[in-house]
Formats: sequence, C-alpha cells, structure tokens
Amino acid sequence: MAEIPMVFILAGLAAYTVLAGADFGAGLWTLFAGRGEAGHSAIRHHARHAMGPVWEANHVWLIFVLVVCWTAYPVAFGSITSTLAVPLFVAAVGIILRGFAYALRGQIEGAVGERAIEYLFAVSSMLTPFALGTVAGGIASGRVPVGNAAGDLVTSWLNPTSILIGGLAVAAGGYLAAVYLAADARRVGSWALERDFRTRALVAGCCAGAFALAGLIVVRFDAPSLFAGLTSGGGNVMVAISGAAGVATLMLVWRERFGLARASAALAVAAIVAGWALAQSPLLLPGLTVEQAAAGRSTLLAVIVAVAGGAIVLLPSLVLLFRLFLRGMLDHGAAADVGVPSPPALPHKTRRRLLEGFAAAMLVIGGGLAVLADPGLVLGLGVVCLLACAVATFALVAVESDSET
Amino acid sequence: MTIAALGGAVAPVDPGYLFQARQMQALSLAVHIPLVCFGIAFPAMVLFCEWRHLRTGDPLFRTLARRWSKVMLGLFAIGVVTGTILSFELGLLWPEFMARYGNVFGLGFTLEGFSFFIEAIFIAIYVYGWDRLRPRLHFLAGIPVALAGVMGSLFVISVNGWMNHPTGFTTQDGRAVDARPWSALFGNGYFWHEFVHMYVAGFVVAGFLLAVPYAWGFLRGRRDRYRRTALTVALSAAAVAAPLQVFIGDWAAREVAHHQPVKLAALEGLARTTRGAPEHLLGWYDGRDVVYGVEIPRLLSLLAFHDPDATVAGLDTVPVEDQPPVNVVRLAFQSMVGIGMLLALLSVVYLYVRLRHRRLPGSPWFYRAVVVAGPLSVVALICGWVTTEVGRQPWIVYGIMRTSQAVTGASGIPIGYGTLIAVYLGLAGGVGWLLHRFSRLPIEVDRDG
Ligand code: HDD
Ligand code: HEM
Ligand code: HEM
Repeated sequence: MAEIPMVFILAGLAAYTVLAGADFGAGLWTLFAGRGEAGHSAIRHHARHAMGPVWEANHVWLIFVLVVCWTAYPVAFGSITSTLAVPLFVAAVGIILRGFAYALRGQIEGAVGERAIEYLFAVSSMLTPFALGTVAGGIASGRVPVGNAAGDLVTSWLNPTSILIGGLAVAAGGYLAAVYLAADARRVGSWALERDFRTRALVAGCCAGAFALAGLIVVRFDAPSLFAGLTSGGGNVMVAISGAAGVATLMLVWRERFGLARASAALAVAAIVAGWALAQSPLLLPGLTVEQAAAGRSTLLAVIVAVAGGAIVLLPSLVLLFRLFLRGMLDHGAAADVGVPSPPALPHKTRRRLLEGFAAAMLVIGGGLAVLADPGLVLGLGVVCLLACAVATFALVAVESDSET
Repeated sequence: MTIAALGGAVAPVDPGYLFQARQMQALSLAVHIPLVCFGIAFPAMVLFCEWRHLRTGDPLFRTLARRWSKVMLGLFAIGVVTGTILSFELGLLWPEFMARYGNVFGLGFTLEGFSFFIEAIFIAIYVYGWDRLRPRLHFLAGIPVALAGVMGSLFVISVNGWMNHPTGFTTQDGRAVDARPWSALFGNGYFWHEFVHMYVAGFVVAGFLLAVPYAWGFLRGRRDRYRRTALTVALSAAAVAAPLQVFIGDWAAREVAHHQPVKLAALEGLARTTRGAPEHLLGWYDGRDVVYGVEIPRLLSLLAFHDPDATVAGLDTVPVEDQPPVNVVRLAFQSMVGIGMLLALLSVVYLYVRLRHRRLPGSPWFYRAVVVAGPLSVVALICGWVTTEVGRQPWIVYGIMRTSQAVTGASGIPIGYGTLIAVYLGLAGGVGWLLHRFSRLPIEVDRDG
C-alpha cells in the first residue's frame, strides 16, 4: 500500500511532463519562431494561440503531484523542498510570470507592451521546466538527504545530472509542442505552418535525443548508483522502451503521422519517468525507502480513496475537454447560430409576494436562531435559514430589471 | 532512525528568518485570497446572467455573461498561479510542518487539487465554448465551475480549521501518528464557521469590487441599460451577503471564545481573567490595559457567552511567550468588524430602495460609497485572515507546534522575499492596467467577440 500513492505521483509527473511540457514548448516557439515558409509572425501567432483552453488543466497536474507527495510522504517532501529551495523558488517565480503573461496576453493584442509580455512569456516558459528538471536531477542523483535543509543549497541542483535533465526538459517540451502544433496546423488547413512545425519538431527531437544520450553518459560518472539502476533489470527495459519510442516518434514525424507521433512521444516520456522510479527503487531519498517515508495506513487509505473517487469525476471531464479542444470546438472564431429560447416570462405578482414572505420569515427565524442558540445543530439551522433568506432576497432585487432610463 | 532527523529534535533556526518567512507567507496569502473570492462568487453571478438570458431571451444578459466570463477566466488564471506559489511555499517555508503533519491535513489539499482540476476543465469549456455549444449545454458546463470553486475553498478551509483546532491524530516523539485525516479535517470545531464566513465574504468582496467600475461610471453619467443591469446584479449579490456576514461573524467570535480563549483575549485586549468583562471600542493595548478606548461594560461577556456575568479568560492565563501580538490582532479585528458594519448598512440602504421603490438609489453619495466599499471589503477580508492567523501565533498548529519549529532551515529567505515582492508589484500593475483597458472596450450588445 505504501507504493500506491507513489504510482499516482509518477503518473501525475508523466502527465505533467507531457501536457505542460508541450505548453512550455509552445512558449519556446514564440521566441525561436524563425522564418519558415509561413513567416515569422504567422508561426508565432500559431504557437501563441494553440494552447489557450487547456492551459489551466495542464498545470493542475503539478499541484496534484505536490499534494499527494506531501500527504503520503511528508518527511521526504519536507526534505526535498528545504534542500532544493532555490530551484523550486525559481520555478515558482517562473510560474507566476508565465501565468501573468498568459492572462495579459489575451487582452492586449496590438497594444504597447505586447512585445515585452511575449518575451516574458517565452523566457518563463523555458525557465520553469529547466528549474523543475534540476529538481528531478537533484533527487535522482541522491543529493537530497533526509532533514530540514540538510543538503547543499547550491550543488544539490547545480550539478551535471541536474543541468542535463533541465536541458532535456526544455528540449522535450519544444519537441512535444512542435509535434502538436504541426498536427494543429493540419487541422486548420495551413500547409506552410504544418511544414514549418514539422521541421522544428525534427530539430527539437534530435536535441532532446542528444540530451538524453548525454544524460546517460553523465549519470554514469555523476550518479553511479542511478546509472546502475538504469542499466539493469526493469530500469533497463524502460530505458530501451523510451529510446525505441523516441526513435519511432522521429520517424512518424518525418512521415507526417502527427497523431501517432504524439502518442509515441508521450510513451517515451512516461517510460523515462518509470525507468527513473525503477532505477532508484526502493529508495526515495538516500537512506529512506518509499516504505519508510510513507504516512500511516489511514492516511494512505484516505489518499487512495480520494484519488480513486476524484478520478471517476476527473477522467471523463478531461476526455470531454480534450475531445472538444482537438475538434476545434473551443476555437476562437465565427459565431455559430445561437438559438434563443422561449420569450420573456414576466414575474408574477403573487410569486413576488410569496418570495417576500419567505425571505422575511427566514430572516426572523434564522436571525433568532443564529444569535441565540449556542454553537451546534440549532445554530447551523439558523445559518441555513439566513442563507435561504439571502437567496430569496437576491431573487427579489436582482431579477426585475428597472425601468428607469 | 532517519525520520527523527526531521520529526524529532528541533534545529535552531535564525529568528530573523522566521519573521521574513511569516511575512512572505502573509504576502502571498494576501494576494491569493481576494482572487479566491472571485473563484467562489463570480461563476454564480455569471451563471445567473446566462440563466436570465435563457429565460427571457434578452441579449443584454448574454453580453453581460460573456464579458464577465472573460474577466473570470483572467482572474482564474491569476488565482491559479498565486495558489501554486502557496503550495510551493508550504514546502519552501514550512518543511517541518509539512513533514510532521502532512499526513494529517494533506488530504484536504489532495481533494482541493481535484476541485481545481474540475474547475480548470469546465471554465475552459465554458469560456471558449460560447459560440460553439448549444445554449443549454453551455449553461450546464458552467455549473461544475461554480461548484468546484466552492468545493476548493471548502477543502482549504478545512486545513485551516484543523490548524486552529487540531484533532484526529496522536502525537508520538513529536510526530503525528495514527492520523485519521477525514475526522481531522471535517470534524474539527473550526471548520464550519470559517467556511461559511469565508464563503459569504466571497460574495461581499466579489460583489462590491465588481460594482466599483459601474458605480464610477454612474457618477460620470454613464447610465445605459447595460451598466444598470451589471450594477444591479453585482450589488444585489454583495448586498444580500453583507448583512448576513454580521450574524456569521458573531457565530465565529463565539466559536473562538469556546476553542481559543487566548485569541479572544487578544481580540479584545483583555489582560486579566474577568467576570462580566467589558468590550472596548478603538483604543490601544499598552501591555496591561486598553487605553483611550470606549468601554462598554459587560458587553464582551454578553456577546461571547450570552451572559453579562460570564467569566472571560484573559491573556494572563498563558505565559507571555504564548501570547499573540495583541495590537496587531486587535486592530485587524476591529477594522474588520467596523468595515463589516458599514458594508451592512450600505447594503440595507440598497435593499430598501430596491425592494420599496424597485429602482436603483439616486443619490450620488450612494455611488461614492460603493466605490469606497469595494476596496474596503478587501481590507476587511485581509483583516479577518490576520485576525485568525496572527491571533493563533505563536502556534502554527494550535497548542501543539510552534511556528518557529516549522520554519525552514534554508538560508536566503530575504532574497526570496524581495523577489516575491517585486514580482507581485509587477503583477498588481499589470492587473490594474488590464482592468483599465477592459473597461474601455466598447459594449456591443448583439454581436461581441
Ligand atoms: C468581507 C469580509 C468580512 C467581513 C465584512 C467580516 N468578516 Fe470576519 N472574517 C473574514 C471576513 C470578513 C475572513 C473571511 O477573512 C475570516 C478569516 C478567517 C475566517 O474564517 O474568516 C474572518 C474571521 C473572523 C473571526 C475570526 C474567526 C477565527 O479566528 O476563526 C471573527 C471573530 C470574525 N471574523 C468576526 C466578524 C464580525 C463580528 C464581523 C461583523 C461585522 C465580521 N467578521 C465581518
Ligand atoms: C482562504 C483560503 C483559500 C481559499 C478559499 C482558496 C481557494 C482557491 C480557489 C477558489 C482557487 C481557484 C482559483 C480561482 O478561482 O481564482 C484557488 C486556487 C489555488 N489555491 Fe487557493 N485557496 C485558499 C488558500 C490557499 C492556500 C493556503 C493554498 C496553499 C496550499 C492554496 C492553493 C491553491 C492552488 C494550488 C490553487 C491553484 C489551483 C489550480 O491550479 O487550479 N490556496 N484557491
Ligand atoms: C486555508 C488556508 C490559509 C489561509 C487562508 C491563511 C491566511 C493567512 C493570512 C491572511 C495571514 C496573514 C496575512 C497578513 O498578515 O497580511 C496568514 C499568516 C500566516 N499563515 Fe496562514 N493561512 C492559511 C493556511 C496556512 C497554512 C497551511 C500555513 C502553513 C504553514 C499558514 C501559516 C501562516 C503563517 C506562519 C503566517 C504568519 C503569521 C504572522 O505573520 O504572525 N497558514 N495566513
């Protein structure tokens, strides 16, 4: 049971890397748009507009990872956040700036300051995944001991493994975004944009591959035990799967099968996350196994129940969102024919009287109970009456539009 | 055992850091919480407008709902990032707190995470789906947004309730064992009043703030039907909530009297345990008494325990190092209550005119008051949280863990604090500018994009 929340965390991490990674990557392409066939501004425009509707949903995965981690493995969470405070803070600032730029961007098309906001967006889109990548590197290379800020505040994240993983995170994001944007360009029927993003995908894919290979070599010297884990047993299998999926993705992009390419790219990322987990299992931090780090039984059970229950609501909603999104149902654009139902229904005089009476009664009963009763069920009932009074009053004062001119 | 390194002995921490860490936490919360109010109340108002459109076919309501929903999305995005910062900070600033008690209260945040997921998904469908989804379907897509906003705050408040009234676990060697998270979060004595008070505050703050630009426009003579309707909806939401808040505040104060007598003593500046305790308005606590205040005999005993002769515990029931900073708490509390009363009064005026004469108030003074009421409601909100949080000091988990035991051992907090201030100032400037620009956009009732 101690491992189940870890599986949730890893799944969340993989989802965050794939979904938010593509999102960060789109930011990168607004900066490195280049010329291409479609032209600089068309490329930037395309990268900028593609992500809108799914932006928020993609980023909640990070929250999910954090909260499950601190609930199920509190000691490990405290150790990680205190030792790796610097990159985590950098990531946090990156997230604020990016969200801020995102919120502003939609509103200021063509206004002064648009350029500055764009740069802010692009730079924070690279800073955040890089910083988060260095965090992963610090944990993976065993530089986070158990304790309140027990590790080195600098070398825990400024080290070869961290830097390579940070770079990999940025490159992989650029790659995922380019694949996605190429597919999206096809959907809107822009052939030039499709070609442009295909090229960008191939370049970024090769970069990501290079980072991954370099990473393996660096890890061999910098974090020998991680390397041993990655090259034996389950870790080895996962690395092989990831490599194969990575190569397959490049081929698919080459042949312009973007939909499949997206799936295999996601597989490559998920396999790396799984490989990392297998390589260092059963250890979470040096000297601390997942089993030892886990919270008590009832907490774990509560987390599992909460996640399972949440998933029942969440997964269908996510499917709905992505289906609408990928079908272009959430695009900007011309209004469909919006039918307006039934003609005005005028408020009834008797209805109004009833509502007034109800509101007054609730006010008297609720006010009396809430002020006089001691805390407990009776007082609760009073509060409910007062809330009912508020709703009824709102209906009275807000519904009728006034006739004054 | 490895775990003892974090859970057991307390590493000595630089007290300077503690202060900065507290300031940093307070700053981030003060930025996040006003946005949260919009998360709670805005979807309900937008849905109300859309529902009016569906009922009456009046295109004006559709325009209103559409324009508001765009603002809602922008505010949501900023709420998301400021909230994400808070999640980071819990780890960055208070790792010991997380390490020792994460297993007890973390579930609240896990559930909160799910609500935000739902909110993020449906808010996107709602705002981007205006022209594409059929009207009824579109309306339905908004309902999860409204529900999830409320659920999200409910779960966070359950955590805060637990911090104020910790139950549902046993302590062993300074670590929480045998945690029962469900009862800890939803069975504590603080959860209900905090939740209801915050929920109603959401409507007060969002309603008054939203009314500000329209009231301003009124004063400048912009009184077309669109603005009148917008003002009516926003003000009505605030006006039914504000008087209610006085009742609920009274309830909150009585719960405080019951569960945290020292906090109550700090709220009132009551130095010694007193039978038939008086209430002081205004004034200053000089370490022994409230000076320069207006004293109302026995009122405190009456309000807190419904008995003018009841005994109220004073600050002297605990040693000085266990007392919160009295003047900060007292000033915050009195400001909240004062503002709360003024807002309630303004609301009653509005409700009276609206119910009696079925029109909006005519006097420019009313609109001037509304323009002031918006910012004041935010002040009341922050003051309320200062009352709760600073009033709980020196404890982070009331009576169990001190804030100084929770803080990080990492250096560099001043740099982080400075950076955060700079970033938030930039953010504030940007938001102001955005709202300014938005208010300048022309209103097109029939076709707007
Ligand atoms: C618009 C906002 C607003 C307004 C007008 C009021 N409050 Fe409030 N108050 C809050 C917003 C708030 C809050 C949402 O900020 C707090 C912080 C913690 C909480 O649960 O609600 C709060 C806390 C809070 C507490 C501390 C509770 C605790 O420690 O758990 C008390 C005793 C009161 N309030 C009492 C009042 C009274 C008597 C009011 C009467 C006029 C009042 N409040 C108006
Ligand atoms: C009074 C207390 C709080 C309430 C009522 C509250 C409620 C909310 C709401 C309603 C949102 C949705 C954003 C919006 O609609 O604007 C939000 C966002 C968020 N809040 Fe808070 N919050 C509170 C305090 C905190 C604290 C202390 C944390 C720290 C852990 C936190 C973490 C978050 C996170 C991570 C998000 C972003 C969620 C997302 O990505 O959608 N909140 N909060
Ligand atoms: C429901 C969630 C919470 C809300 C809404 C909340 C709200 C606040 C507010 C408004 C302040 C002071 C604001 C000011 O001075 O301007 C504050 C202070 C503080 N909060 Fe909370 N808080 C919440 C949960 C937490 C949590 C989870 C922690 C955990 C570590 C925490 C720790 C603190 C600390 C240490 C301070 C500083 C107290 C001081 O300055 O004396 N709070 N909080």
